[in-house]
Parts: sequence; C-alpha cells; structure tokens
Amino acid sequence: MSKRLVQAEFNVERDPERCIQCQVCVRQCSNQVHAYDEEAEQVTCDEASCVGCQRCATLCPTGAITIKKAPPDFAPDNNWTSDVIQNIYRQAETGGVLLSAMGNDTAKTSWWDNILLNASQVTNPSIDPLREPMELTTFLGAKPNAVELSFDDQGGPSLATKLAPQLVLSTPIMFSAMSYGAISYNAFESLARAAGQYGTFANSGEGGLHKDFWPHGPNMIVQVASGRFGVDIDYLKVAAAVEIKIGQGAKPGIGGHLPGEKVDERISQTRMIPVGSDAISPAPHHDIYSIEDLRQLIYSLKEATRYQKPISVKIAAVHNVAAIASGIVRAGADIVAIDGYKGGTGAAPTMIRNNVGIPIEFALAAVDDRLRQEGIRNQASVVACGGFRSSADVVKAIALGADAVYIGTAALVALGCHLCQKCYTGKCNWGIATQDPYLTRRLNPDIGARRLVNLLRGWSHEIKEMMGGMGINAIESLRGNREHLRGVGLSDRELSILGIKAAGE
Amino acid sequence: MKRIVAKEEYCMNCRLCEVHCLVSHSRSKDLIKAFRQERGEIVPRITVERLGAVSFAVQCRHCDEPACVEACMTGALSRDPVTGEVTHDPQRCVGCWMCVMVCPTGAIRRDKSGHVAAKCDLCLETGTPACVANCPNEALVIEEDND
Amino acid sequence: MRLLHRKQFPTSKDISGCAISGMMSEIGAPMSGEAIIRSIANMHDRSNGLGGGFAAYGIYPEMRDRYALHVMYDAIDDKQETERLISRWCTVYGDETIPTRPSALVRHPPILHRYFVNIKPEVMERFCDETEDDAIVDLVMTINNESKGGFVFSSGKNMGVFKGVGFPEDIGEFYRLDEYQAYIWTSHGRFPTNTTGWWGGAHPFSLLDWSVVHNGEISSYGINKRYLDNFGYKCALHTDTEVIAYLFDLLVRKHRLPFEAACLAMAPPFWPQLERLPETRRELARTLRIVYGGALLNGPFSVLVGHSGGMVGFNDRTKLRPMVGARKGDMVYMASEEGAIREVCNDPEVVWHAAGGVPIMAHLKEPEKVIGAEATARLKAHSCKLPAGAWQESPRAGRAAASVQ
Repeated sequence: MSKRLVQAEFNVERDPERCIQCQVCVRQCSNQVHAYDEEAEQVTCDEASCVGCQRCATLCPTGAITIKKAPPDFAPDNNWTSDVIQNIYRQAETGGVLLSAMGNDTAKTSWWDNILLNASQVTNPSIDPLREPMELTTFLGAKPNAVELSFDDQGGPSLATKLAPQLVLSTPIMFSAMSYGAISYNAFESLARAAGQYGTFANSGEGGLHKDFWPHGPNMIVQVASGRFGVDIDYLKVAAAVEIKIGQGAKPGIGGHLPGEKVDERISQTRMIPVGSDAISPAPHHDIYSIEDLRQLIYSLKEATRYQKPISVKIAAVHNVAAIASGIVRAGADIVAIDGYKGGTGAAPTMIRNNVGIPIEFALAAVDDRLRQEGIRNQASVVACGGFRSSADVVKAIALGADAVYIGTAALVALGCHLCQKCYTGKCNWGIATQDPYLTRRLNPDIGARRLVNLLRGWSHEIKEMMGGMGINAIESLRGNREHLRGVGLSDRELSILGIKAAGE
Repeated sequence: MKRIVAKEEYCMNCRLCEVHCLVSHSRSKDLIKAFRQERGEIVPRITVERLGAVSFAVQCRHCDEPACVEACMTGALSRDPVTGEVTHDPQRCVGCWMCVMVCPTGAIRRDKSGHVAAKCDLCLETGTPACVANCPNEALVIEEDND
Repeated sequence: MRLLHRKQFPTSKDISGCAISGMMSEIGAPMSGEAIIRSIANMHDRSNGLGGGFAAYGIYPEMRDRYALHVMYDAIDDKQETERLISRWCTVYGDETIPTRPSALVRHPPILHRYFVNIKPEVMERFCDETEDDAIVDLVMTINNESKGGFVFSSGKNMGVFKGVGFPEDIGEFYRLDEYQAYIWTSHGRFPTNTTGWWGGAHPFSLLDWSVVHNGEISSYGINKRYLDNFGYKCALHTDTEVIAYLFDLLVRKHRLPFEAACLAMAPPFWPQLERLPETRRELARTLRIVYGGALLNGPFSVLVGHSGGMVGFNDRTKLRPMVGARKGDMVYMASEEGAIREVCNDPEVVWHAAGGVPIMAHLKEPEKVIGAEATARLKAHSCKLPAGAWQESPRAGRAAASVQ
C-alpha cells in the first residue's frame, strides 16, 4: 500500500499534568483515536482518525484533552486551499464520490444576519411577554378565503364554512424530518417525546414509524418518500399529518441510501425491508414525473386518511421554487415545506450539498410573494427549513412569510451533536447518527427530550420578547409582516427579492 | 431506603462513576491528586461490568438479608434496621475477606492497602452518591425504596 | 410651502397619534356640523394642526342614489385629466365646487370638487358578476394610483368626507359644515409623527360609504397590507387607517360577515379567553381567528367606522388607546375623551369605557325611513344583525355591558 497523502484534520493535545490515565477517552472514541498502552501504562493516540467530535474532550474528567483543528499548512493559496487539496488526495486514493453530512458548511453569508428586526419607540408601546399575553399558537393547513355564516330565525349565527384539518402548534417550530435509521432509536424517541411535551410536531422522515412510537402519533408528521419505506395504512392513520417528500435542501435531486449494515431487526420492521438490505430511495418518486402525478398522490393520501389530515409536500429550494410551490398548492397540498440549501442530511455527496439549491431566505420570500400574487396564499401553509440557528432566524423567517419552521440541525445540537459532519460513517460518538448498540445508548431519551423542550422553551420565549418589542402580541401579526424587517449590506436586487427595505428607509 | 439503580440501557461504559467514586473516597477529594497520589491505597467501590455493547455499574445492593453481614465475624459489617443500609466499620474489619467471598454481586473489594474491605457507603457523608451525581447519561439514579 | 400640499403618497408607513369623536342619531334625525366641530375642538391638544377631517352621513338626500365623489386636485390640468376618466366611466348627474369659507388658518387648499355619478351600463359589462360598488372601488383605485394630481377622498352615497391640513375645528369652518345636516358625524384631529401634511393624508379615510377615523398605530400593518393585496386592494397611502377601511370593506361587504364577526376577526379574543367561550361561539370565534389571521389588527388603536346604517367603535384587544361611549335617548356618542362628549351632551344617561376588542355598535333603528329601501337592502345584504352580546359571553361577559343595544 502506498503512502496516504491525506493529513490529519485534528490535533489531539493531552496535558500530561492532568491526565489520570482513567481511559474514559479510550472507551468513548468510536474512531479508535485513543488507546491504552498496557506496557507503558499510558494513553496514546492516533490523530489521523480524529473527526473532531469533541466527545473525549467533553467527557475527560480532568479536562486534559484539547482537540484542535490541524493546520495542514500547505503553501498559502486562496484557490487551492487545504480542504480542496485534501479532497483531491482522498479521491485519488479511492476513486469515490466525496461524502459529507449535516448542512452546507461553505456558505459564507447567512442572509438572516443581513436582516434586522424592528422595535417600538414612543408611538407604539412595546409589550412585556412576562406580564401580558403573547400568542404563538400556529395553525397549519389550508384555510378558506372567507368564513361563511348562516343564521337561524333569531339571527343566531352558525358556521357554514367547514375548516380543513389543521395542525395546532404551541410554537411555530417543528422538528424536521430525520428518519429512524439515519438517527438512532433514542434520538428519534427524544424528538417525538419533546414534540408531544411542548405541543408541536416531529417528523418521522422517510424511514417509517416503529410501533413503539405509535403513541407519539398525534405529534408526528409521517413522510411518504420515493422509497415508500414503512408506508401502510396504519402508518398514515396513526400520524397527525402526512408529508410527501420530494426533495431535501442538502441534496436536491438526489435520493437516499441507508447501508444494509445499519438495517438491524428493529429498522427492518420499521422500514418493512429485510434485515441487512440496503434501503435505497430513488432520486424521483417513480410515480411522480409531473405535477399531475403529484396531485394524484396528494389525493390518494387524502382519500386514505379520509380527508382528516393535512397533506404536506416538502421540496428543496431550487431556482424555480416559487412556480413549483404554486403548482404544489394548486395540486392540493395543505402545507408546503421549503428546504433551503443549508439544510442538513445524514449523507450527501459533498459537491451536491455545497453547490445545489438556493438559500431559504430568497426561496421563502419568493414563494410567499408568488402565492399572494396568485391569491392562493391562504390555501396552504408555508413551512421553511434549512439551517435555522436561533430564535432570531425563526422570527425573521416568519416575518418574511413562513407559517412555521422546521429545525433539524439545531435540534440535534441540543441532543449533543458537535457537527463533525461524519453522520454517514455510522460511528457517531454522541449516539445520534448511529445504530451501533454500544453508541446509541449514549443518548438517554429522558435527557434528550428534556434538552429539546428546553430549547423550544428558550426560543419561544425569545420570539415572544422580539414580538413584544415590535408591539405585536399575536404571531399572525408577525407572519409575512416585512415592515418589521430591514436589510443591511444587501444589494437593491437582494432587497427587492426579499421584499424588504434597507435600514434607514 | 435510598437505592442506587443502574439503567443498563443507558450505561455507556465510560466508567466515570468509578473515577468519581474513587475521588469521593480519597483524602484529598481532588481528581488529579487522588489518582496521582492515593491510587495505590484506595479503590472505587463501584465497578462497571460489560459484555459487548451492554454494560452497567455494580455496587453494594444493600440486600435485605445481606450475606456479608451474616459472614462477618467481627461485626464490622452490619445492617441498619431502620434505614436498611449495610454499613462497614473499617475499625473493626480484620481483612478476613469472608464478605468478598460471599457477596452475590461481587460488590465488596479489598482496599489497596490490603487490610480492610471497601464497599459502597452511599456517600452518606456528602448526600448524593458521587457515582449518581457524575453519571453523564443519568444511567445511575438514586431512588427511594419504600419497601 | 405649496409643494407640501401636493398629492404625495408617503414612502413608508404613516404613524400618527390622534383625537376621534363621533355622534349618531339612531332615528336618523339630522344634525348640523356645529356640534361635532365643538366636540373635536375640545380635544385640540390631541392634534398638531397637520390634519383634520369629518365624515357626514345623510347630507345629499336629493342625490342619495348617486355616488358622491369628492376629489381634490393639485392643479387645473389634473382636474381636466381626471374628469375625462370620470366621464368615460360614469354618467355624471351633477358636479360643483365644494363650498368653502376662506380662512387664514387653512392654507393652500387644493382644488376641491364633487361629482354625483353612477357607473355607465356599458362599463358595468366589463365587471361581469361584480356590483356597481366594485366598479366604483376600481375607479377610485385607478384615479388615486394613476392620476398625477387627482385624489378621490370620498366615494359613498348620500355621505361625504371633508378633510384637510389644519386643526379639525378650522377645517370644519373651512368646509362650512354648519350648513350640512347629517344623522352621523365622525371627526378626527391628527398628530402625525412622520409625514408632512398633505390634504389626502388626513382622516377620515373613506371608500364607498365606509369612513374610518383612527387613533393609534397598527403594528401588524405590514401583513394587513399584504393580506389585502391578495384580494386586490392596493394600499397606496401607507396609512393604518386605509387598511382598516379596506378590511371592513372586505369582511363586511364582500365576505358578508356581520359587524360583530368582522370586529371579532380584527380584534379576536386571546386563545385562553376564546377557549372558555360557550361551544357554539367558540367554534365560530376560533374559525374566524384561524382564517382571518392576516386581518388581525395588532398594536394600539381606537377606531370609529361610519357607514350608512350606523357607526362602530372599537379598540385593540388589549385596549391601548382610549375610547369612551355615551348614550342619551336616541343619540349615541363615541370619542377619545369623555370631555369631548360632555361638550355636546350635558347629561348623558350612560357613559362607559369600551373594553378592548369589544365593539360598540350603533344602528339606525328604521333604516328604510332614513336611507331608503335600496340602501337598506344593500345594508342588509352585507350586514346581518346579531343579538346583543352574541359574541361576548362568559369571560368577556363583564364587557358585554359595553354593548349599546
């Protein structure tokens, strides 16, 4: 075997003054970076395998370990950076496709950071959410353009309009689709439990819903994707809503592949495929080659669920997203979920992840505008996803026009994810993106659910504070209210697509 | 009485319980000093047992009818009739190791000095047992057992 | 200075504090404008001289089947241009300069003219199944958005808006309102914080027979505007008030909701209050809130809405702006301050402070006699009267007393 040219990405620094040779690091590293030399009675390490997940540094009882990004100090070059060179070395060794996980890490701009929020002064009192009501309750689903009433002889009103099924959220934040298979049983359980406890929804992803999770059905949105894993009538019945997954922001136009080694007994039952077989989701749904086909599937699902559940359609934000979203709404979807190019994934070809799709900020603004222009904005709710990092991002998205957002990466970070971006290796040291029983037990769902509920509570409170500052006490008055947004450092064209004014205007 | 319950489904074999047990029974109560200077004298009173992916921490179960108390010829081991805790008095222990032999869970170990037995004392002096307080995954919990 | 008074839509949202006052005879007895001028003048300090105005209902009984277009022009050229447009769309049954009384306190008025019109039958053909009201709305939107210096500030039947830059009492004098007889008067004194005075920017804001005077700031303006855009309303004026007028037009005239229901959509109860409503009401209130989220008016406001059949006063749901109601015999009064009512009504039988989100309603008792059969039919077609307090049971019961019924 020839010499590998790829250099270590991380340096593992162990402070000999602090190390007590307890070997916690040895037992916790699934990449075998740390080892114990019995003879020397010393912990040793192999930095080449380190992925920088920080598990050892976090668990080291004496804080003896520091993981640092290793330089590879190639000759300085703005084009041929060390990442570029290392990637070429890797491909030259394997002839393979570069893989990545989580969201696009190359984007230098987050447009959310170029958008600033408003607050009241003098002419309009700001509101203190600790002392006054502040309402975040959100309804997702199709709404009629008008409410019709009928009146009895005494003039007593009654509803002539029957509302389409709605999802009721206590906060406009849901957990995005992450399948059991991509994430562990315990991670899945944490998300489902937290959604139920906080009054919002988790999304099953495309990998089915294990029977153990059926009690969480009232807080689950289940996906029907191109692989149709785990889809049967019970799956549709047990959920609160059904989402047709067309695309994913991290890898628009690409399908999915769960390697057979991850398909154990439980996943096999959930996905309804044999143990050990690869679970392959084709790039397109092979029964959806057009918008008419999508309409058929939407209505098949509506029929199957007796028109009692909202049907969502999730697409990746691509160039023509506004027109596509309009078509989806006209095809009968009750919810359209748009996933921006910074959305996460368990595995995607690096080049796809980093180069395909458009930012959610523009996609969302364009979709909301288009649906309003066509007078069909009421007919479907819009859910934005793809890289929401904080409550401020959420507030900005809602003010741009989203009814709610999906958070994926942020939820995983709450569970302990350190964004090492190696989900696809199946060796997640945090017990999240792995099926290895030695690793999955590291995520105790009691702790996971508690941390997720805390995150939702913290963000919701911050959203209330920001709304209160604007003098708004109901989320419906923030939604689509771009008057409360101003842009900084954006071109006229960007401002006009976002539909916001520049700061100072 | 209080019992330490191990949830093996969430035990991740990090063995931080052992580390912190040792420290809490050290003179210095300092991680680095305890390991550097006292490791030769003291042992953790909790042990993580592992087979494949499954692991869990074992320490004295404070049995209702403790075999160790039965076997102890000096009365160093005794069971508090009120709280149900099985306690060990090193002053009376002669290091005969009968308790080590009869303990069904292997929870009693020899002190490194080789003179007396060492077993879980539920960290009665400090309140919350160190193993419970420091388990990063809440795989060790303390539960009040009313039976 | 002249420039300041030209037609100029603000580029950003107009924010203003204000005084409002309204009075109505429920039996349709005519009253001159003298009282309403005194009432609004009583709150002089709530305005700053940058805008005042009035709406009067029942002032053109001879022309009550014609739309009365009040139009302001920057220059004579603008008048010719706009009149060409009006005569293309409408049969004009009469037109005249709006009579004014020159005053040193009201400077640089625009050219003020009024027309009594109906849409020509051949023009109506373009509107398919829409009504003449819709065509008038379209005409008003066209003139206001496209003509250079013409601006329609009143377009209802048998009613009119009179407004301009100045203190409201001076504007009232200027327009000789003491010479008009109306059964409803509303008025407004403006305290704008960010726009220069333009006559069209004063209140009331009016469309068809809707007139709105408003005190406060709508923090939901951004979404209300976009929501209305969905239904073809172009909010060119950038005023909160314009949004309220259009919302009433949409909810009451187009969607045929009763006033109480429209107010419930615009200032809905908080969810916990709503959940405590009796079941029949709860589902209604809940559905209205879910469907009309974009019509929810947030932020502090008190508003008086006039229409041919009556007057509605209501507050934001947390009651961040003042609103007092009073009644004596067949007279109903609503104003920002009690003093403004007592100025014109010495011994009201009952005076109360309106609760947040709960509308005060005043209706013509026998509308056929006052506004005629045709207008009554039109009124009934888009407003079903509900039993008193129908929407405000249980948790809001304490506030139900606010109902004028």
